[in-house]
Amino acid sequence: MSATVPCPACDAAVPIPADAVVAELLRCRECNTELEIATLDPPTLAEAPTEEEDWGQ
Amino acid sequence: MIRVAVVGGSGYTGGELVRLLLGHPEVRLDQVTSERLAGRAVAERHPNLRKATDLTFVASGDLEPTDLVFLCLPHGEAGRSIDRYRGSAPRLIDLSADFRLRDPAAYPTWYGAAHPRPDLLDRFVYGIPELHRERIRGADLVSSAGCNATAVILGLRPLVAAGVIDPSCIVVEAKVGSSEGGAEASEATHHPERSGCVRSYQPTGHRHTAEMVQELGGSVPASVHFSATAVEMVRGVLATAHVFLNQDLDDRALWRIFRAAWGQEPFIRLVNARQGLHRLPEPKLLAGTNYCDIGWQRDPHSNRLVVISAIDNLMKGAAGQAVQAMNLMHGWPETTGLGFLGLHPV
Repeated sequence: MSATVPCPACDAAVPIPADAVVAELLRCRECNTELEIATLDPPTLAEAPTEEEDWGQ
Repeated sequence: MIRVAVVGGSGYTGGELVRLLLGHPEVRLDQVTSERLAGRAVAERHPNLRKATDLTFVASGDLEPTDLVFLCLPHGEAGRSIDRYRGSAPRLIDLSADFRLRDPAAYPTWYGAAHPRPDLLDRFVYGIPELHRERIRGADLVSSAGCNATAVILGLRPLVAAGVIDPSCIVVEAKVGSSEGGAEASEATHHPERSGCVRSYQPTGHRHTAEMVQELGGSVPASVHFSATAVEMVRGVLATAHVFLNQDLDDRALWRIFRAAWGQEPFIRLVNARQGLHRLPEPKLLAGTNYCDIGWQRDPHSNRLVVISAIDNLMKGAAGQAVQAMNLMHGWPETTGLGFLGLHPV
């Protein structure tokens, strides 16, 4: 069974694949935030850097 | 299998109910009434039902005993004729506003007249399953909630229950579709007048406000300031609520509050995506479904929290909610007959 780590954006449990590597990208199924694996021991997640969209100025 | 009847089936809510009931595996719809259209085919009035039913409208005076009656009558009419329809079936779901409010004194204030049967108000269970599931299971009389009220209550109740917002200042603006106005035409709905409009049709004093205050609960009555704007949309409600946090909560804490309240609900979805095209609720995606989508955004410059909720007014705001209640009343899976996921694109 893979470990789960709280999503840094919404606190949902995000499963970490058994063969995960640092900097691997994941997506939270609840809030759709793109996440990257920051550390593996222990596993932690950070929000992946993204380009901001311009939603009308 | 039970037999059901729809009283007042010529309107949009009635037509939506007929559509749902014809596809429901546990019911047989065998009577749909309309005074004006008695003898005419139901599918003539609701053409999406062509080839799905051969039913014809009957006059309400010809209604025969059945197992469950849905009342889709104009506001005021259900209250006046309730005894007659209670005599037709052991269970009844009223989709009008006539039995939504517990306090008889609220009817002159919000509906302009004293209630004809105040003795029955306590007998009806307010019909939002997410609020009153256990009471609906044992009920024989259910009063379905107003469409705008449903969207607002589902969006805000978790925050009120958690005590994290100031209940004395809740401001809600709802954009609503034209079907909220019913199936009867008027000068206001004439195409050249209605098309393309953004019409503030009820900036204050909307009747559904009374339901919101009643059902939001909390340690002190909520003060809801509600406005409704008609927009270029046939179905749908998009309620944008402005509330003010009384403590510093980050987005994760807000997620925990909404998830604790609604995470297990089959017809509520938390839609608050950080990325992607559809980040927050949109009524267009909900047309024909029984979902209520709820999202929010914390104002980074103040303690304002904007809560956005969307429904199809004819479904979660009316017919779908009523079928969900019927499922509970009969011990069927709550989602029976309500599985439509909507269309995309639409």
